[in-house]
Amino acid sequence: MMMGKINGRVRVLLAGAALSALVLTGAPAYAETPADTLVLAWAIDDIITLDPAESFEISAGEMMGNSYDRLVRFDPADPSNIYGDIAESWTVSDDGKTFTFKIKPGLKFASGNPVTAEDVAFSIQRVVKLDKSPAFILTQFGLTKDNVDENAKATDASTFVFVTDQAYAPTFVLNCLTSNPAAVVDKKLVLEHVEAVTPSEENKFDNDFGYAWLKTNYAGSGPMKIRDWRANEILVLERNDNYYGDKAPLARVIYRHVKESATQRLMLESGDIDIARNLSPNDLDAVSANENLAVTSTPKGTVYYISLNQKNETLAKPEVRQAFKYLVDYDGIGETLIKGIGEINQTFLPKGMLGWADDKPFKLDVAKAKELLAAAGVPEGFSVTMDVRNTQPVTGIAESFQQSLAEAGIKMEIIPGDGKQTLTKYRARNHDMYIGQWGVDYWDPHSNADTFTSNPDNADDASSKTLAWRNAWDIPELTAETKSAVVEPDSAKRVEIYKSLQKKFVETSPFVMIYQQTEVAGVRKAVQNFKLGPSSDTTYVYKVSKN
Amino acid sequence: MSIGRFLIIVATTYLGLLAVTFFIGRVIPIDPVLAIVGDRAPAYVVERTREELGLNLPYWQQFLLYVKGVFQGDFGRSVLTTNPVMEDIRRVFPATVELATLGTLIGALIGVPLGVLAAVKRGSVIDQIVRVIGLIGYSVPIFWLGLLALLVFYARLRWTAGPGRIDVVFEYTFTPITGFYLLDSVLRRDWAAFRDIFAHIVLPASLLGYFSLAYISRMTRSFMLNELSQEYIVAARAKGLSETRIIWAHALRNAAVPLVTVIALSYAGLLEGSVLTETVFAWPGLGLYITDSLQNADMNAVLGGTIVIGSVFIGINLFADLLYRTLDPRTRNA
Repeated sequence: MMMGKINGRVRVLLAGAALSALVLTGAPAYAETPADTLVLAWAIDDIITLDPAESFEISAGEMMGNSYDRLVRFDPADPSNIYGDIAESWTVSDDGKTFTFKIKPGLKFASGNPVTAEDVAFSIQRVVKLDKSPAFILTQFGLTKDNVDENAKATDASTFVFVTDQAYAPTFVLNCLTSNPAAVVDKKLVLEHVEAVTPSEENKFDNDFGYAWLKTNYAGSGPMKIRDWRANEILVLERNDNYYGDKAPLARVIYRHVKESATQRLMLESGDIDIARNLSPNDLDAVSANENLAVTSTPKGTVYYISLNQKNETLAKPEVRQAFKYLVDYDGIGETLIKGIGEINQTFLPKGMLGWADDKPFKLDVAKAKELLAAAGVPEGFSVTMDVRNTQPVTGIAESFQQSLAEAGIKMEIIPGDGKQTLTKYRARNHDMYIGQWGVDYWDPHSNADTFTSNPDNADDASSKTLAWRNAWDIPELTAETKSAVVEPDSAKRVEIYKSLQKKFVETSPFVMIYQQTEVAGVRKAVQNFKLGPSSDTTYVYKVSKN
Repeated sequence: MSIGRFLIIVATTYLGLLAVTFFIGRVIPIDPVLAIVGDRAPAYVVERTREELGLNLPYWQQFLLYVKGVFQGDFGRSVLTTNPVMEDIRRVFPATVELATLGTLIGALIGVPLGVLAAVKRGSVIDQIVRVIGLIGYSVPIFWLGLLALLVFYARLRWTAGPGRIDVVFEYTFTPITGFYLLDSVLRRDWAAFRDIFAHIVLPASLLGYFSLAYISRMTRSFMLNELSQEYIVAARAKGLSETRIIWAHALRNAAVPLVTVIALSYAGLLEGSVLTETVFAWPGLGLYITDSLQNADMNAVLGGTIVIGSVFIGINLFADLLYRTLDPRTRNA
């Protein structure tokens, strides 16, 4: 009735305003990705380099795993199974300190250069000499800038020898050699691109080992090669026809940087992408209900925890630490907040890792917690703060924890902050409580034990700032036990040590372990053989085909 | 205003901008080294990196070093992308400019006539409708509206293409020249790419257009109401001029002067980069770049971005001034 009053000219104008945009475009063709290309949407803004000597980020790990070969790899289906990648075989000397690898013959880099033991030695030496963030994975075997030329060297074109400073568990050494910094780079190609630098007291080398060049370039032999990377926009992998193994079925894999979960879902439903990697629980529900789409998931090596700073006298009381573990609504969190993206896990090792203890001693029990608090001398409760970064699901978990703490009379204030901000405070040990996550650096239990149950020096200026240190948890005995696990040559005994560590950790630690992350992806039905790996560098997109 | 004075004002503005941004960036409780080496790096790597970046120096010394670099045209490197900051901005800014220009065009071409109509038919149904359109534009979160638009026009109706600037199929065939993709595809005579790029930009541009339309139409209405109550309008009516001529040629001509400032400011606002729109539409523009950098304490990138935005504001103000002179004869000799 009201509309009747509007004259014709205006009506046209209004309709035009609403439709102009749409009429102009016409209808684009029905979206479908090219048949020989896999397109993924993923938040890849964490990539800061393509150099395996420096790369330490989650999404970069996947690019490295698909594009660089290493001596050995672990089987994603059974991580305890280590197989030779470019190594044909290997032997360990009787004193357990010398590892000798035979390189498979006739391998070629993507550039066409042959893959030799020289390249392996150069790659390891380069990591140690550049000494970037992930270098410790190799230097923990006693490699230094001065001895690495001797302790990681090629004795002939097909023999690489790796010498450690003491006898370590062979599984530990091999597990570390599956990791990213052990990736093999093309020595000849890299040397063509080195830049000269002036040696100084700190850096005795006269060139940068191709560091500047490799940041944005590729020199590997893996199943895919990295063709192009535009930060925060796109990363393109292309099939490497020189790869020694089965060639990738698809010609290329394109990662598009898309942050927003809802956007990823729309693109997946429309067929503009084949795989969406950052779907929230809501969007996952919708994807699994869609008959053209499927959801795939894998437990990851990342654990989430709440930690209590032992510098806070109340939180340092053993009964209080214990009480907090009874004040988490594990069931509620598992069924709602982390549904589909995580599984409750109460120990520091992730499920699937060597030595993981399948033990969940805690459940929400307010009465029990109150008893413990009374025993600690704080029956009336107390006030405490927790630094929480502004992302889900940690905010939700913090709120749930706040409620259950309140039932026991503890008043917890949530201090929200940006991730880097809360982390800065945490690293300076200025928090009361913190909710954080820890992902394994390499697929070996030591990666987590070394940070959760090791604190060599609890002083403020300590050189080793483990998670135990960050929470001022002074544990000389556990530290020694953690050390003993890495030099235990017998795998079964090694497992026993980790079981014992976890038992003590669960009982006494100031860490309230909450859950283990499950990585999930939404996949179009046409995509075959896409499997998320337990670590980021074992998600092999090169195996994917489409029908 | 003399050129000398203008330059002094510009220089102080820049220096002030730099100083404020720089010190805010340094006092926020985020350790910038964290963004580079990550949480896992051993302590000595953290310390070494801090020294390499000069972050162990006192703030004033860091600031002087930075300003010195800027005078030599060196804005530093972004720690997130590892590129020189200006190279990054050259890459992301065209994406934002392209979007903002189209958005402003849509906003002005539709917003001004709507505002005029609302003023002329004051109190009528049309006026109410324009008011509601404006209100929705003001109050609905752009994030939500963006997702809704994607859902309807992209996912359901398939009238437009999805998020991003261009489809991946062009990744191998289309090489940008200027970074303005629409222009580039025309220069390359690549009409398939042009169609695709247009199909990608139309939705986010319309969305931004709608938001500036909401603002522009409200302002147009109030400027027009002001003009329509002036005596020269009465005189024009008394002379027997047609209503169309009075409204479009006389009143709007006069309202256009302040309107130019409104449109210019709204354009400048869009050029800062609409963070939320860029997030929803996975649009690799300036807003997203600066926000990402800020969240990671990548201060070189934030400072570089701030300078660019400052320049945009100064440039657009100048441009608006010049337009003023053409539109308003009285200011020509001033």
